[in-house]
Amino acid sequence: MSETINVKLKIWRQKNTSDKGRFELYDMPGVSTHMSFLEMMDVLNDRLVREGKDPVAFDHDCREGICGMCSMYINGRAHGLLKGTTTCQLHMRHFENGETITIEPWRAEAFPVIKDLAVDRTAFEKIMQAGGYVSMNTGNAVDGNALPIEKVKADEAMDAASCIGCGACVASCKNASAMLFMSAKVSQLALLPQGEPERYVRVLKMMEAHDEAGFGSCTNTGACESECPKEISIAHIARFNRDYLTASVVSEK
Amino acid sequence: MECTSQFLRQHPYKNKKNMSKLNSRIPDGPLEAKWTKYKSTVRLVNPANKRRIEVIVVGSGLAGASAAASLAELGYSVKCFCFQDSPRRAHSIAAQGGINAAKNYSNDGDSVFRLFYDTVKGGDYRAREANVYRLAEVSNAIIDQCVAQGVPFAREYGGLLDNRSFGGVQVSRTFYARGQTGQQLLLGAYSSLSRQIAKGNCQMYNRHEMLELVTIDGKARGIISRDLVSGEIQRHSAHAVILATGGYGNVFFLSTNAMGSNATAIWKAYKKGAFFGNPCFTQIHPTCIPVSGDYQSKLTLMSESLRNDGRVWVPKAVGDKRKPEDIPEEERDYYLERRYPSFGNLVPRDVASRAAKQVCDEGKGVGPSGLAVFLEFKDSIKRLGLDVIKERYGNLFEMYEKITGEDPYHTPMRIYPAVHYTMGGLWVDYNLMTTVPGLYALGECNFSDHGANRLGASALMQGLADGYFVIPYTIGDFLADEIRNPVPPTTHAEFDKAEKEVKDKIDRLMNIKGKQTVDDLHKKLGKVMWEYCGMGRNEPGLLKARTLIKEIKEEFWKDIRIPGSKDEFNTELEKAGRVADFIELGALMVEDALLRKESCGGHFREESQTEEGEAKRDDVNFSFVAAWEYAGDNSAPVLNKEELKFDVVHPTQRSYK
Repeated sequence: MSETINVKLKIWRQKNTSDKGRFELYDMPGVSTHMSFLEMMDVLNDRLVREGKDPVAFDHDCREGICGMCSMYINGRAHGLLKGTTTCQLHMRHFENGETITIEPWRAEAFPVIKDLAVDRTAFEKIMQAGGYVSMNTGNAVDGNALPIEKVKADEAMDAASCIGCGACVASCKNASAMLFMSAKVSQLALLPQGEPERYVRVLKMMEAHDEAGFGSCTNTGACESECPKEISIAHIARFNRDYLTASVVSEK
Repeated sequence: MECTSQFLRQHPYKNKKNMSKLNSRIPDGPLEAKWTKYKSTVRLVNPANKRRIEVIVVGSGLAGASAAASLAELGYSVKCFCFQDSPRRAHSIAAQGGINAAKNYSNDGDSVFRLFYDTVKGGDYRAREANVYRLAEVSNAIIDQCVAQGVPFAREYGGLLDNRSFGGVQVSRTFYARGQTGQQLLLGAYSSLSRQIAKGNCQMYNRHEMLELVTIDGKARGIISRDLVSGEIQRHSAHAVILATGGYGNVFFLSTNAMGSNATAIWKAYKKGAFFGNPCFTQIHPTCIPVSGDYQSKLTLMSESLRNDGRVWVPKAVGDKRKPEDIPEEERDYYLERRYPSFGNLVPRDVASRAAKQVCDEGKGVGPSGLAVFLEFKDSIKRLGLDVIKERYGNLFEMYEKITGEDPYHTPMRIYPAVHYTMGGLWVDYNLMTTVPGLYALGECNFSDHGANRLGASALMQGLADGYFVIPYTIGDFLADEIRNPVPPTTHAEFDKAEKEVKDKIDRLMNIKGKQTVDDLHKKLGKVMWEYCGMGRNEPGLLKARTLIKEIKEEFWKDIRIPGSKDEFNTELEKAGRVADFIELGALMVEDALLRKESCGGHFREESQTEEGEAKRDDVNFSFVAAWEYAGDNSAPVLNKEELKFDVVHPTQRSYK
């Protein structure tokens, strides 16, 4: 494999939320295949700054695939083509010499663009604040081992809890639904005895916040699951729906 | 000023003339009774008054989120700030391995005392006994708290919590959630915080950065922040300010910290009178993915837990460039097992890092740069089976493969030490209060519990201990005097002054219009720090670093270039402010390293080593915390010493052989 490749970048540039935005083309010769995608963006930005131009704004922080901050739509795929990978963990060895790479922000009504590739994901916060927790105060919790939890269930709860809240599910969904994100949290807590007392109130409240924030409905196309960098299963959406149905029937509201 | 004199009457430690500048305020009594006694005698704020008291928390990692949530639950009015787009993204999220607690679920002889002892010894006897004992004491409650929040810790088939072991100890006391423990603990704290935000007890400011501390009559009374999206400069006042802003490893440019991790908040606090404790104490983590090129801006950690089942080695022969699988057993040097038979691959981080540097300096390093050693799992896979190794480390192996393109199940990982954690930080007393009354520092940003070296899985423990179980008690001691004072208006002259300073600095940065990028200067600083104030330090090198940093500072203020404007989302401007502070902090780290002529923990002064090349402490001359006091931009910082008294543990030469 060649150690360097030449690529062209077609990047969405948008000055701020109210700007209309447009694509701009950048040549990137001599990109090391050992670079991560974001390191390549760093190299581009370094060049733009030296030329006195505005660098491309994008969100990123831990660069270890866990903080969920990075959020690029690369060649029509959230976080790029590689399965189970965030943009920061995507490396240039997966691209072809001479390729034109299209880079866009997450596109969803609930995620307005702040600038270029950075979007506002506050809508996710609203969903979590509506019920993504166990209502307990810091203090005198019982001993951790007083509550044995079946390993299989603990493991499945952990699978759900692996969600990094990046928003790739929303960006990949043709309806811009946040069902995978929301159901992962609901499922984690539903699988554990700690979450049981609020199980049904939680789904109702979170669903309401979800719709209010402007996310679309789920039509079970499964795009979210296949694009999720943490490979969260849509089985959690099914669990959410079951709980939601039960909650709607038994709710006295 | 009536409130000042009243304050001075009640807080004699504020009066610098009569008292030592440092009062650690450690409660009397035997070590194991101090915290219990303190909790039952500390002054309280009644619920009706709590509602009128406002507290600012800067940072939303384990320490910040747990503090903000717990204080809001108690009824205080909280404002919490983070520079990321959500509190859930703070860099605690990236902690992999685990969190320690003295539960003794493994029945292997663990106890609060042993966790305390291991931590003091692991820190090479440079931490305060009383604080560390308290940390060990509250460790068990943290696990209970997190379980109750729904943190999915790893469990055994019987449904009980599982433990594993970490470096520097001989018991299994580390709780974990796959290789994502930090993520799960942070999401737990974040969920509690989200609940308080929903209830209106905490107001969250995402994408906001603290740029100045505001003090009125000597007390911390607010902050100046910048809205990173609009560029707007804002004023926020409160009765007390808590900093939980993490470590300053990014002084080195390359580190395992997140790109945005910075020291600006604590540096501003330092310049407003908070003393800086042991700035040179930096942890270089032994197991990171080696540097691959100049374009690299961050290093990736491979969890220390890997050393449970991985064996570290280099070829015995200098310059042996064969593939690892072609090197027979007898030509390999498992140098940690050889040098430290009783701890083997699980020696503390500082020891493992130094040993890796030594073998690489001898020319036995592997990989293209020669700056790497092997970490191999072949034997464990044979012993335990591939499935067990996959279950334990699957996500770490995947991450390694994504970054390097190599499969660690079949070929050894290549690893090298990298800057990971800073034990130094703002000096705090037993209450976690800095030398500025009303200003607190929690988690990594204080100097408190880890001495000169932190043990694995103890950072998460400290962050959550400070936020959930310490500050909710200790802050009452200060706030009990504040119930009659209204929140100062943000129109106060001190706010005008602080805001002007912030705006002037931003204008100055924007107007440099030079030729170099902010990263150019940051890289220069990083190289100097790594070379002269990294794994090995000596006087000539440090003196050279002192001069070089001065030059870098001048160059920075003459020649950087920030595109765009200050009134927009401008990441270069954000970086510039942070790097300006890193440069000054780097200079202080060098001063501290120069002063401390002994070796201890992560601070290795080459002049002070044993015949076998181990760190040699000097308890006669250096058994103190160096607390540095800002004395102006053009004056040398003033050294204040807090003598360390060891009533229970007797410092000995640390040995892991």
